[in-house]
This record gives sequence, structure tokens and C-alpha cells, in this order.
Amino acid sequence: MLEIDVSYLISKPKVGAAGKTGLWRQFKPIVDEDACKCCKVCVLYCPENVIEVVDDRLTIDYEYCKGCGICSNVCISNAIEMVKEGLE
Amino acid sequence: MILLRGNTSCQGCPHSIAFKALEYLENPIVLMPAGCSTVIAGLHPNSSLTIPCVHVPFPSTPSVSYGLSVGLKRRGIRANVVAWMGDGSVDISYSLLAGSALRNDDIIVIVVDNEAYVNTGVQSSGTTFWKAKTTTSPKGKKEERRNVALQMALHRVPYVATASVGYMRDFIKKVKKAGELEGFRYIHVHCPCPSGWGFESSKTVEMARKAVQCKAWILWEYENKKFRISKISKKAKGDLKDYLLSQTRLKHLSDGDIEEIKRKIEEEWELLEHLEKL
Amino acid sequence: MKKLLTGNHAIAEAVKIAKPDIIAAYPITPQTSIVEKLAEMVENSELDAEFVRVESEYTALSVILGAITAGARGFTATSSQGLLYMYEVCWWVAGSRLPMVMAIATRAVGAPWNIHGDHQDIIVLRDAGWIIGMVESAQEAFDMTLQAFKISEEVSLPFAVGLDGFQLTHTAEVVKIRDYELPKRKPLPYTIEPSSNFALNAVTFGIPKLKARHEQAKDLEKSKEVIRRVDKEFPVSYGGLTEEYRLDDAEYIVVMMGGWCGDAKDAIDVLRDKGIQIGMLRLRFLRPFPRKEVEKLDGKILVVDRSNSDYRGVLGLEVSTVKHDIKNVVTGFGGMELDTQDFVKIFTKFVNNEMKKDVEWWYDSA
Repeated sequence: MLEIDVSYLISKPKVGAAGKTGLWRQFKPIVDEDACKCCKVCVLYCPENVIEVVDDRLTIDYEYCKGCGICSNVCISNAIEMVKEGLE
Repeated sequence: MILLRGNTSCQGCPHSIAFKALEYLENPIVLMPAGCSTVIAGLHPNSSLTIPCVHVPFPSTPSVSYGLSVGLKRRGIRANVVAWMGDGSVDISYSLLAGSALRNDDIIVIVVDNEAYVNTGVQSSGTTFWKAKTTTSPKGKKEERRNVALQMALHRVPYVATASVGYMRDFIKKVKKAGELEGFRYIHVHCPCPSGWGFESSKTVEMARKAVQCKAWILWEYENKKFRISKISKKAKGDLKDYLLSQTRLKHLSDGDIEEIKRKIEEEWELLEHLEKL
Repeated sequence: MKKLLTGNHAIAEAVKIAKPDIIAAYPITPQTSIVEKLAEMVENSELDAEFVRVESEYTALSVILGAITAGARGFTATSSQGLLYMYEVCWWVAGSRLPMVMAIATRAVGAPWNIHGDHQDIIVLRDAGWIIGMVESAQEAFDMTLQAFKISEEVSLPFAVGLDGFQLTHTAEVVKIRDYELPKRKPLPYTIEPSSNFALNAVTFGIPKLKARHEQAKDLEKSKEVIRRVDKEFPVSYGGLTEEYRLDDAEYIVVMMGGWCGDAKDAIDVLRDKGIQIGMLRLRFLRPFPRKEVEKLDGKILVVDRSNSDYRGVLGLEVSTVKHDIKNVVTGFGGMELDTQDFVKIFTKFVNNEMKKDVEWWYDSA
């Protein structure tokens, strides 16, 4: 029976397939925890899926957050501010 | 989670937001033609998707999806086979798409429409907005704008809907509904593209909502042979000029151009209202 | 059981025995009766397969591509313009390392417009990575189609069975419908299902792409052994990759492929009766190319072609990579049929050393 190698056809799921996309940021989302109501609208609209609610707190994976600013734009409580990277 | 973090999509990419809807399908398999999503899905040996993904020749998506769906059925395997197409892929697959609708192929087609061939550098497509600047229409698009969803509905298929990444809950509801039906299901999602249209990456969702509010994008459903304009669109009240002039690709429009576009939008709205009455 | 069948219907009967899961094909002369017969078989419940009425050949092969990716057994058929329309997908199927069978009723390619037989269409598959077989009779069309499913699934490469348009597709002969069952399908190198944890055929840059084509080429080479073995194990052996006709003591050797080999063999008999030691190596496979069999040839070689590339015949080009100093006749295009007398003329000119040019485009036909 012929042994057939098809490894070159197969791609496996990997976090960070494009590298550490957090390095792309020019602006960083900073959460005002008092204002945040954990409504999760930002979680729904974050393109990168880097926002999670853990123990009633918003956490952002800054290793991969690209700093697009959508979370800040959609937040209904004005709880997220885009701050220049390095100046937060 | 469908799309893994650390992928190649631009900041603020609407396709990345749209992918989330696939989480609400049982046993999804996605088929991917050339387009932005192809690259976002990952380059060998890495995939940025957590669901099985088959990359296919550019014009072939609806048909390969159908073949896959038949093959799985013959093996007794249940799956929601999704043809994930861009508006570019729609242009080049048009006859296959129409053939698929005609046969009522058992697949879900989700078109993520960023209104241009963005992946290859923002060239003009069938759904590119009226008079928009693209690299192949540097002075503004001269052709008509294609309403693909309407043409799919005229094939009398089980389910057709338009959606927007500005209204994710509505989009997700529609995807869930499609997942529970059988036959040819078609959802056309409006995806404003910061890179391609020329606006800040933070405004993707805002732009999508503006489009719906000023009726440049109308949300409707076709189910059980009946058209229904969504409540969101019926209540929509927005400034067309504001939507158009906040994008680099359209900010060259004159007042005359905007009037012309306003009339075209009104015509589309009237057509849908008439269809709703049937 | 013996039946009077056209080449096309013989293939349909073989496909019925192979029990494919799905058939999708678009009609094109002279392939149409394969597809019509299969549609009839499915409607009569003689064959339990999904028969898809597609709107083009591109769609036909795309549907099969999807089905075989899910692990189903698939079949299609086409000719000429249809093959060229689905050409992109042919490469995709072969590159995806998936098995399937496609019958090609070989036909000329326009322009100018022509629906009749020659070999110009099937030769375009040479570079894509498909196994390409060419038959001489309706019986061989039946037998090769059956074997094609088996061979294709063992090496995980798609297999094209070529039969001459009109000459074989539309003429009938007595065909033995063999009492044959294909073995249970072996597991494919991969199949896609909802639980699969990978992406298939993503953008692949650089070295893995080299590897992809290399592995395909290696496996195409290895398919030679599979073809030979399957041929030997079959109720009737045709000789493997090639068929030798009166070749043992031949000083003059004709190399050809396809339906017209039958008439050419009769011409060889005529010359043999006159004492000329002439024989034929009939190529049953264009890919993988029967290099060893051609290398072994010892004598003056004439290649007769029904297709061309640049100024030479395609087989002439292929054979010249192994044997130099050959004569090449290019003829029989677009339905121009040559009978035994025409071949006698050609072969006589060849053995009399009257072919001055290396490549002769032959116009003389009854």
C-alpha cells in the first residue's frame, strides 16, 4: 500500500499565526473599571476576540490586541479610552 | 471562538467580526475562495480558524460546497456546509451561484461584502457602491451596483437575508435561523472596510450602522416566499451625506452625485416595499 | 454476460459496477451518451448515486471535488472545450491528492470549430498530475474504467480514461460485462468532516510547494507498479502500461495510442505478409509516461500522432525524450479518419526510408 505524504496540504490552528499582533498597536485600549458595566458589547464587536470578561472584570489580551479602537467606539458606557502606546 | 487572535487581518477588519456568527452553527465546515478571508484564515502550515476549512478555486465555491455536502450525507455525516464568499468571489462565481440556487443545493452561502476586490488592492466589483473610487475606477465607478441577495431570492430558495456587521445580534439570529433550515440559504453581510474605503479602523461598526441608518444598506429577509424588511431598517433615520463624505472613496462626490445616489436608494427601498406587500 | 455496446455505454456499464456516490457531468458531443445512460441508470434505481444536473463543466468538476474531499467516490466525463473549461479544477483535484475517474471522449479543440475526434484535448492534462490512459476498444474502455477507480484510490491521484470521439464513443462492439466487484475503499490520506481540526490547501509558500509537486510526481511514478499489478490481476491482461503487437523481432516499430491502433495493426499485418518485420508499441498510458518500455525498443521508430505541440506531434515529443532519431507523422485531426490502406501507405513510406523530414504532417487519406 502506497505511503502518501500530504503534510504540505494541511494547516493546523495556531494562536498568533501572524505573529504577536500586539506589536501593531499605536493606540492601546485602557478600561475604566468603574464605568464598565460588563455589558459585553465590546466582546461582541472586537474583531480579534482579545476581550474577555473574567470574574466580572474586562481583560484584554495585549499580546494580540491590534489597537483598532472598535471597543472604545462601541462602548455604551464610555468606559474604554484609546491611549497612545507607551504613554499609558 | 472561530477566529484565533494573532491573525493577518487589518486593524478593524469587518470580516473578523463577521466570523463570529459561525459559532452559532452546529457542525460547521467553511469553504473559502480567494479573498481577504483566505489570507485571514492563515498561511500554511498555520490556520487561524478553529473550524475545518477547505480552500477552493476562486470561481468554484458554491459547487464544491454542494459536492462536499452530498459526500458527507452519503457517509451519514451531518454538517452545516458554509460557502464563505467575498463580493469578488460572487462576481466570478455568478453562474455557479445561480445554478446552485436553481438546484436548491443544500448549503449556506455567506457573502462578506466589502464592496470591492479588496484583497488584490481594492479594485471595482459588482457590488462596489455607486461612484466609488477604486484602483480600477480611479475617477469613480460608472457601472450599476448589483443587488445579489434580491436575485438569489428570485430563485425561490428557502432563505435569503441581508445583514450587517454593525448589527451583530441581528446577523447572528439570521445565521441561527439558516442553520436550522435545509436547501439553499443565502446571507449577504455588509462589511465596511477601513483599509479599502478610507476611514479609521475604530469606525468599522459605526460606519456599518450609518450605512443601515441612511438606507445605503437595507436589512431584509426572504422566507417562506415572503419578503420582510427588518424593523431596524424601517425605523432607520440617518444622514446619507454624512455617511458618504466620511469615506475617502466617496468624499469626492458632488451634491448632484449625492442626489443621484439618494434617488437610487429610494428606488431600491420602493422595490423592497412593493415586494413586501406581495 | 456479453452485450453490444458503444464505447460510451461500455464506460457507463463499468461506472455502474464501480458504484460511485456522485456523478456530475455537463453534456458535450461526443460524450453525451455516457452521461445520459448514467442518468437513466440512476432514475431506474439500477445505480444508487447522486446525479447532479450542472450548468457547466466547471461546476461538474467542482461538485466532484467537493464530494471526494468528503471521502465520496466520484465520476465525471467530458471532451475538448468542456475539459478546457474545467481545466483549473483538474489541477486543483490532482494537487489536492484526491482520487476520481473522468472519461474523456477525445475531440479536437477549436478554433476553428470542430466536434470530431482527435487527441488534442486530453494531452492538455499532461502537466497537471493526472494518470492518463487511452483505450483502443469499447472492451478496453470498460476494463480500464473499472481499473481506474481502483488504481486512482490506491495512489490518490485522479485518473482520466480517454477514448476516441466518434470512432470509439459511437461505434458498437461486443463487450463482456465482467462479474467484478471493486474492493472496499481504502482510507484516503485525509477527509474533511465537522470534527476535522485543520485547514486544507491554504496559501502555501516556497519549499512546501516544491514538496507538493515532488510528492505528486513521485507518486505518479509509483503508480506504474500499481497499474502493472492491477493489469496482471485482472481477468484479462493488456500488457500493463503498453501493449506489444508483433514487436519481438521487429526492425521497424510504430508507436501510437488510441482507437486507430486497431486499423494500424491491420496495416502491420499487411506489411508482415510482405515479409517486412514491423511491429507496434501501443501506449496505453500517456501519464505516467512508459519510459522503460520505450527505452527497450530496438529498431527504427515511427511515432504517429493525433495531436501536436509546436511543430511536433505530442507523442513524438514525449518519445524523443527517450529515443532520438525518430520519425514523426502528425495526422488525423478533427475527425479525419485513416483506414488500414492509409496506414499501409504511411508505414510503407517509413520502411522504404522515404520519409526525408523528421516530422511529416500527413494529408493523404481516403
